[in-house]
Amino acid sequence: MTQLALVIDLNVCVGCHACVTSCKEWNTSGSAGPLADTMPYGKDPSGAFFNRVQTFEVGEFPDTQTVHFPKSCLHCEDPPCVPVCPTGASYKRKEDGIVLVDYDKCIGCKYCSWACPYGARELDPVRKVMTKCTLCVDRIYDRTRPEAERKPACVLACPTSARLFGDIHDPQSQVSQAIRDNAGYALMPEWGTHPANHYLPRRRTSARIHEDELTRADNPLKVDGLLPRPPKSDPSLDDVMSW
Amino acid sequence: MPPPPLHDPLAPPLPGAGTAIRNTTCYMCACRCGIRVHLADGEVRYIDGNPDHPLNKGVICAKGSSGIMKQYSPARLTRPLKRKPGAERGAGEFEAISWDEAFALLEERLARIRSTDPRRFALFTGRDQMQALTGLFARQFGTPNYAAHGGFCSVNMAAGMIYTIGGSFWEFGGPDLERAKLFVMIGTAEDHHSNPLKIAIAKFKRDGGRFVSINPVRTGYSAIADEWMPIRPGTDGALLLALIHELVALGLYDRDFLVRYTNAGQLVNTDERNDEFGMFVRTEVPKEEGCFDPQNKLWWDRATNRPVVTHAEGADPFLLGEFRLSDGTAVKPAFQLLKERVDAYTPEWAAGVTGIPADAIRRLAHEMGVTARDQKIELPIAWTDIWGREHETVTGNPVAFHAMRGLAAHSNGFHTIRALAILMTLLGTIDRPGGFRHKAPFPRPIPPCAKTPNTPLAIKPDHPLDGLALGWPAEPDDLFVDENGAPVRIDKAFSWEYPLAVHGMMHDVVTNAWRGDPYPIDTLLLFMANMAWNSTMNTVEVRKMLNDRGDDGEYKIPFLVVCDAFQSETTAFADLVLPDTTYLERHDVMSMLDRPISEFEGPVDSVRIPVVPPTGECKPFQEVLIELAGRLKLPAFVRPDGTRRFRDYPDFIVNYETEPGSGIGFLSGWRGKGGEKFMRGEPNPRQWEMYAQNNCIFQYRLPPSYQYMRNWNKGYLEWSQRNRIQRYAEPILVHLYSEVLQKFRLAARGKGMSRKPPAHLAARIDTFFDPLPFYYEPLEAQRTDRTRYPLAAVTQRPMAMYHSWDSQNAWLRQIHAHNHLYVNPKVARAAGIEDGAWMWVESPWGKVRCICKHSEAVEPGTVWTWNAIGKADGAWRLAPDANESELGFLLNHLISDELPDGAGGRISNSDPITGQAAWYDVRVRIYPAAADEPRETWPRFAAVPAAPGTGSTPRLLAYFARRKARP
Amino acid sequence: MRPDYSVLLLTTLIGAGQGLFLALFTVQLFALAGQLPAPGSHAFYVHGSLLVLALLAGGLVASFFHLGRPERAWRAAAMWRTSWLSREVIVLPALMGTVLLFGAAHLAGFRPTLFTLPSGLAIDSTLVLGTLGAMLAFALFLCTAMIYACLPFLREWSSPLTVANFTLLGGASGFTLAAAFSAWAAPEATRYIAGWAFALTLLAAVSRVATLLRNARLRPRSTPQTALGIKHPRIVQRSAGFLGGSFNTREFFHGSPERRVSAVRSAFLLLAFAAPLALLALGGPRGAAPVLTAAFLVQFAGLVAERWHFFAQARHPQNLYYQDTR
Ligand SMILES: Nc1nc2c(c(=O)[nH]1)N[C@H]1C(S)=C(S)[C@@H](COP(=O)(O)OP(=O)(O)OC[C@H]3O[C@@H](n4cnc5c(=O)[nH]c(N)nc54)[C@H](O)[C@@H]3O)O[C@H]1N2
Ligand SMILES: Nc1nc2c(c(=O)[nH]1)N[C@H]1C(S)=C(S)[C@@H](COP(=O)(O)OP(=O)(O)OC[C@H]3O[C@@H](n4cnc5c(=O)[nH]c(N)nc54)[C@H](O)[C@@H]3O)O[C@H]1N2
Ligand code: SF4
Ligand code: SF4
Ligand code: SF4
Ligand code: SF4
Ligand code: SF4
Ligand SMILES: [Mo]
Repeated sequence: MTQLALVIDLNVCVGCHACVTSCKEWNTSGSAGPLADTMPYGKDPSGAFFNRVQTFEVGEFPDTQTVHFPKSCLHCEDPPCVPVCPTGASYKRKEDGIVLVDYDKCIGCKYCSWACPYGARELDPVRKVMTKCTLCVDRIYDRTRPEAERKPACVLACPTSARLFGDIHDPQSQVSQAIRDNAGYALMPEWGTHPANHYLPRRRTSARIHEDELTRADNPLKVDGLLPRPPKSDPSLDDVMSW
Repeated sequence: MPPPPLHDPLAPPLPGAGTAIRNTTCYMCACRCGIRVHLADGEVRYIDGNPDHPLNKGVICAKGSSGIMKQYSPARLTRPLKRKPGAERGAGEFEAISWDEAFALLEERLARIRSTDPRRFALFTGRDQMQALTGLFARQFGTPNYAAHGGFCSVNMAAGMIYTIGGSFWEFGGPDLERAKLFVMIGTAEDHHSNPLKIAIAKFKRDGGRFVSINPVRTGYSAIADEWMPIRPGTDGALLLALIHELVALGLYDRDFLVRYTNAGQLVNTDERNDEFGMFVRTEVPKEEGCFDPQNKLWWDRATNRPVVTHAEGADPFLLGEFRLSDGTAVKPAFQLLKERVDAYTPEWAAGVTGIPADAIRRLAHEMGVTARDQKIELPIAWTDIWGREHETVTGNPVAFHAMRGLAAHSNGFHTIRALAILMTLLGTIDRPGGFRHKAPFPRPIPPCAKTPNTPLAIKPDHPLDGLALGWPAEPDDLFVDENGAPVRIDKAFSWEYPLAVHGMMHDVVTNAWRGDPYPIDTLLLFMANMAWNSTMNTVEVRKMLNDRGDDGEYKIPFLVVCDAFQSETTAFADLVLPDTTYLERHDVMSMLDRPISEFEGPVDSVRIPVVPPTGECKPFQEVLIELAGRLKLPAFVRPDGTRRFRDYPDFIVNYETEPGSGIGFLSGWRGKGGEKFMRGEPNPRQWEMYAQNNCIFQYRLPPSYQYMRNWNKGYLEWSQRNRIQRYAEPILVHLYSEVLQKFRLAARGKGMSRKPPAHLAARIDTFFDPLPFYYEPLEAQRTDRTRYPLAAVTQRPMAMYHSWDSQNAWLRQIHAHNHLYVNPKVARAAGIEDGAWMWVESPWGKVRCICKHSEAVEPGTVWTWNAIGKADGAWRLAPDANESELGFLLNHLISDELPDGAGGRISNSDPITGQAAWYDVRVRIYPAAADEPRETWPRFAAVPAAPGTGSTPRLLAYFARRKARP
Repeated sequence: MRPDYSVLLLTTLIGAGQGLFLALFTVQLFALAGQLPAPGSHAFYVHGSLLVLALLAGGLVASFFHLGRPERAWRAAAMWRTSWLSREVIVLPALMGTVLLFGAAHLAGFRPTLFTLPSGLAIDSTLVLGTLGAMLAFALFLCTAMIYACLPFLREWSSPLTVANFTLLGGASGFTLAAAFSAWAAPEATRYIAGWAFALTLLAAVSRVATLLRNARLRPRSTPQTALGIKHPRIVQRSAGFLGGSFNTREFFHGSPERRVSAVRSAFLLLAFAAPLALLALGGPRGAAPVLTAAFLVQFAGLVAERWHFFAQARHPQNLYYQDTR
């Protein structure tokens, strides 16, 4: 059974927000759109976005890590947001595991958003229906698009390729391998939601220099007469010992 | 099983609606990625990266993806505007006029200026990409008062590196992360090469490369660095010199590289009494004079123990030691002088200056040195050096650097950047795999050949300027000064105050013009520059100057023309506003004559092609210039009979040649009658179409043997000469030791035949024109009471905002609706400021009330904020209570454009060598806002009304392309 | 969570309505069993049912204000197999219908004996309808409570105590209302009803205070560490990714200072429990209609405050991602 998902590599995400606005842009005029904004030119502008990039600081100066953390719907394998929906507007597709909202059925009761521990759903302020990441379902199956572009908008936009897309149930897929190879993990495992989206942790490359690498026989200083060899005439053991 | 959905997410939203995809080049920032604009019934539906574009390879950024909201922004100017009679400048009271009226007004005024005193017209441009055209216009007009944003941007980076290695970071070169093993990024937040750099860093990290970031702040790129070295602002020079110290002390430098490709082995006259003191000793007068480095210097050969001409076959020079020529002249190799210079710059010393522990500095030096030496790359690419030596391979020492305004925007930046370039050279990483790589048209001779005139006589009424408005002085005689040594340009660039101000000094224009120093002007035309706000220092005062009148009741700057696409803070001050098109509405070229988008592998230039028609009466500024040039009969733009030569801008681009028949024009691709030539060739009437068919780019890939070591690569140098990228095919040796600087120093010491500085500037020149890099505290810090103002304040680029541009963008502004001052929690608490509390930040020049945010990711001696988020009330068509103007703030209010010069006068707050604006030198103190103060920023400015022709600002926005077409 | 007044009113109004119906039916049962003097007229049941209907309808109307698309509310009945909300949406009208029939039967005096129990008790239509109504009322309590209690990560809600509270609080307010109502309509039963109201209020207080104590000891199971998957004791959000607010910063934050939350807690303990208990004790034995009316009004206000607090104190784990928005 297929479970499509995003795998997000925190090791390379620089927090550029490309995924945020490309998602908005694709979806606002797409099958999930429009994604409305309130007070777009006034006080406290706000709007529906399927994807946010947040920033966290871990540790204390000078051992601080700044972590950019993109988050959209995780397409949980056991999505708590689906069974609570009274209308059936929230559903999980059997064929690929994408969790979707049927905007024509949704009554805007917000109950599914309460049931999502991840804050991944947003009520559209104009249509008053629940919205969320569709995993770009209207792109990934679009046969008019070249194969390479049948991917979510955010994935294609991401300059660092921090967003991988694929079937996590297929052990051969790029996403499954990335999860395996890099200790990919799910968010809030304590609730048994089994998010399909995974995150890859920071990986640190460190350097080790051995003392003996600093002094080498071919040190260029020697060429220029520094680090000179002692004159042969200087006293040495040869002058006083014979074995 | 849930019942089948009512809606079908897979159904096309509107079957049958017309969709079209058009390629063009993004201009939501200066990176210039290739984009595909998807149109639905003529409306922009979606913009994505062009996968076939060499720069961005299909990716796009937050700004690029928000182009829709720029295109349809209510802040768009759509009609020419004239200040209402009687209205104050800055009040933003306008009436719409016709283009005919606007042109008539400009023509009358400019013609009068041109036929009397062309200096009185000044044209300055902000973050634009058409300096080739604007520069041509200014030159043809005859005014020396032209420059683009470089002076307030990063001229230190350009000058510091170009005067050292003949190329630079910024748009001229970059790190080869494809092959690097160690990457050291210094003082960079986002930079121009936004998407390509992100692509490269991510790949580099994935491939296991090690990434070190040196920055007082850890955000963005630095966030994913393997190691963060928090440094005190303005002290990188100390760090870099200490790294050099350690590399030299341990012999961790690439000696062979230094010998052959730099002036390290060249003998310097060290006889203080000699007129030639500090100059290289020369064997003979060169056969040909030109702007190149003749091969007439000496080495001290190790084998024969006597002086020989450099690169003599079989010779190998001493890099260290002292020698005496046969005539008794004391000489030392340049490298010996460098070694002596860095003797005192120990890691311990640098630790005290930078705040980075000495151990960490040593460790970094060792890592660099050992990686460069032991992880060498040998590419099986045979090449020939300019001396004729064949090389079987191209060698790379895989340590790459990148640096930007964290180094540049300080008044000691030039020397800091020279130190960096020298460090890179010691490691042997110049134009080599895994190190620094040039991008065409670089490398160029040191310094490049372009020169300004050196006399005011070059300015004549009704004549083009006899020379370029900007150039690269090689010696004091190249300065653009009058017989008394006084500046000729309004911004005083190329004067004794800022001799190497190679990009001009836009940040001083308003102040100088207002003061009439060196002379008053009549008309100031600002294009794409927000000089009444974020690109000016001392913003509050500058806004007053723009609106100030003399005793005669006339404005001190009599006529102000602003060409912008949006209702910015600056348009409010204009007498005449010219509404520009957006990047989706116009033709543009990213030309080899300007700053193209070249790649390491060879030249790339690109174009923009309109994808939607202009909004309202918008007119591309290019068309405005060509129309004006025709009306003013500027020679390059008219036929001998005085009729207009070019129909419009596209026609100009196709047919303009630098000289009649030169075959060199703005675009280098598809030249020649049928588009069969490149770089040079006759105009091709179908050139635009050919660009359009080829992703809007022309990319030329050099053969691999020409792609490396280009400073000394015979094949490349001759190729570039043949293609008129440069005039000479001579080696471009790295200037570890800068004779150019020494020439100025000698002049300051009264030596030699060249011009001498005015007495009051001699000591300044003598101090700063040191042929070797040295560390000094930034000028402002030297003049500030550090106990009273203990903190450094800097700004950074947010990745999702371009300068002041994007607050009118409904999507981007949600990400950065306002800004905070980030303060280390310990420092904030010591000052009694809680996280999220209102606070004051105060410099000797001004103060600002803002919101504090505690951050562990900032060095305790630094406070910082995102650049240009705060806005003036009502600008950009934002509501007066918008977060940007109520909660956001501009750090520029704290930054002075001038400093006391120590002798009762003033001097620009700039690098004393290049005139680079010293944005990041300001020192501040912080304290809590009182409980009874309003919870809003200070200072605030009277709200401006909506300009005629701008759009309406709905309370709800639900953008859906072609919704209009929906049934 | 942000307390939404439509939901506060919905749950408190229908709770009182359900309680009132249970009171009516209890009176009928007790009267039948002779434990209680039968109310003098059927008007007690008729008007009582009307009152119940008014409360339920009021709640229903309030609930529409909670919906983004109220015109589609009918769709909410679709997912009764999985959704407690859907079940509530079905049970509430069913209860209303039953109450209507119950009242109508009393009004029309339509009480044919349907069957007779072995004990000889004749079961008429009102008894059947009443029993059905009572079951539906209990089911509705369960549905409403389970809407909240079934969300495991809202740990303040996810407890059997939530079901107990909804039932007892609704019951208490309904019986208090019944006491006041009977003081007007059937004074002979008032003493008893007030007694039950007193007992239910006391029980509700115990259960609600137990919940407060439980919740005060709750430690969040989701932490910044589990939310991000980063194992470090110090994680602070520096940007939520936007600054003007969003659905997630409005829906899940009450936005009130801690001071106000505890003030509301004190207020509801006083108004929902202490004051009504005193007033019931005072007015119940004497059947003092104004005192009992006051008891209900005070208690109802207290329950609105209680419901506000119920939402406000619930800490949604999503908030870990949206701490820093200013
Ligand atoms: N998204 C976006 N991209 C842009 C722009 C934009 O506005 N938005 N602007 C474009 C322009 S015009 C330019 S010039 C480039 C500039 O590109 P950058 O040079 O990357 O820009 P800055 O934001 O000035 O970044 C300076 C960095 O240096 C650090 N810094 C400050 N002082 C010091 C110091 O003394 N030492 C060190 N080591 N670091 C220091 C700051 O913390 C900051 O991280 O970006 C270009 N790209
Ligand atoms: N405190 C502080 N100040 C700084 C800096 C800093 O780091 N800190 N950075 C400095 C640097 S490096 C730079 S480069 C400057 C940038 O400063 P500027 O170039 O002056 O400022 P921008 O905000 O880029 O905007 C210039 C104007 O261009 C307009 N514009 C946008 N698109 C178009 C178009 O298509 N056509 C026309 N005609 N106009 C258009 C915008 O509306 C805006 O008014 O700021 C400098 N100021
Ligand atoms: S992340 Fe939230 S909205 Fe998405 S499937 Fe999981 S529970 Fe549902
Ligand atoms: S808001 Fe819409 S999708 Fe969510 S639970 Fe209610 S009806 Fe279902
Ligand atoms: S998959 Fe599509 S809908 Fe989901 S976050 Fe990415 S762009 Fe947005
Ligand atoms: S686009 Fe990629 S790098 Fe940028 S914020 Fe999103 S995931 Fe991170
Ligand atoms: S980096 Fe600049 S040019 Fe490239 S997509 Fe982003 S805004 Fe456009
Ligand atoms: Mo810049």
